[in-house]
Amino acid sequence: MVMIDAREERIWAALAQIPDPEIPAISVVDLGVIGSVTLDDDRVSIKLLPTFVGCPAIGVMQEQITERLTALSVADEVEVEVSFDPPWTSDRISANGRERLRLSGFAPPQVATTPGLIGLDELAVLPVAECPYCGSRNTTLENPFGPTLCRAIYHCADCRQPFEQMKRI
Amino acid sequence: MAESASVLDVTAREALAELLMSVADDEFIIGFWDSEWTGIAPMLEEDVATSSIAQDEIGHARALYELLAELTDDDADRIAFGRDAADFRHAALMNHARGDWALSVARRYLYETADAVRLTALARSSHQPLALLAGKMRREETYHQLHADAWLRRLSEGGAEGRGRLTTALERLWPDAQDIFAPLVGEEALVREGLLRESMQAMHAAWQAQVRPILEPICGELPSATPSRDGRLRRTDDFAWLHGEFTSVAGSEEAATW
Repeated sequence: MVMIDAREERIWAALAQIPDPEIPAISVVDLGVIGSVTLDDDRVSIKLLPTFVGCPAIGVMQEQITERLTALSVADEVEVEVSFDPPWTSDRISANGRERLRLSGFAPPQVATTPGLIGLDELAVLPVAECPYCGSRNTTLENPFGPTLCRAIYHCADCRQPFEQMKRI
Repeated sequence: MAESASVLDVTAREALAELLMSVADDEFIIGFWDSEWTGIAPMLEEDVATSSIAQDEIGHARALYELLAELTDDDADRIAFGRDAADFRHAALMNHARGDWALSVARRYLYETADAVRLTALARSSHQPLALLAGKMRREETYHQLHADAWLRRLSEGGAEGRGRLTTALERLWPDAQDIFAPLVGEEALVREGLLRESMQAMHAAWQAQVRPILEPICGELPSATPSRDGRLRRTDDFAWLHGEFTSVAGSEEAATW
């Protein structure tokens, strides 16, 4: 068990209050985009891992994190650095995050069976997503591209409802 | 960030800048061409898909321009929107206007397959920021490749018109697609320093070996073709037009940021 001092605990609690700008039901912590929190006497550094390189919400997240942590007065300086080390993958979404996605009408991404890069073969036969409305697995992928970079569009044959899935990546 | 770049000699640094600019410009220009389908793609799903792919590519370009800006003490916005058309370094494949749907499918297929070969090499670059970014980009590009594969199959198997248009597009784009692997100024230094793990020539051979068996059953034997020296220096009227489009906002309002 890693010792977390009181200041760091307050920082994580504050981060857990910040919603994802595109899917506000889930926090940036549950989304897994907080790579690390580093704290020294007068500075807190956050490593932010974008879900997609071109995600237009990165700037908004940086601003919101900076604002929230500055208001917390735990350090004089707040730094939020965008990083691809490690790369964000959909497996970083927490169990709570997956549940929050489902409750707001998004199917959570399929969990990776093997670590590392998803292969073309695997991607072509992605197991069906579970309908977040009725729980049916009788669904089909309509479009691997959706309204934002990180979402795909499915259709449920049972409740006849189109729904979105947070992409497996 | 550029700790691994600070130890490089001038030749290697300049070559790395050339490499970053060439990859970034490819992604930037193909992204802008694809974005032209927004609202007018042949079906709604493709309207969404091409827009999303275009957004990915322009996002990749932005991240690469930022690495370049850090290396050369420049500004990503200036590099993207403040350069003259003559200063872009995209491969000749990106000189063609959007064309019909088959041309976009053919270009996507040729580009995605070549880009995958290149990204695999870049993900092993000794320039750590580039290796990390390329590793992340590969995860996203897999979706683009899946999309390109599916459309290549659909057009080639769907009937005479689709197959005919696809064949015409592939024959037209094939020579210019080679130039994704055009030799770079200072390439020896890139390979020597491990900044680029494979020479353009080796990557070109690997790519051809991969795509010929897929494409030739569709369009017949493709001519032997190699990258040209000036493959990243040629410009067309189509590109000049696109350059005018994507710099128009920055040109009219200098304080604009992306």
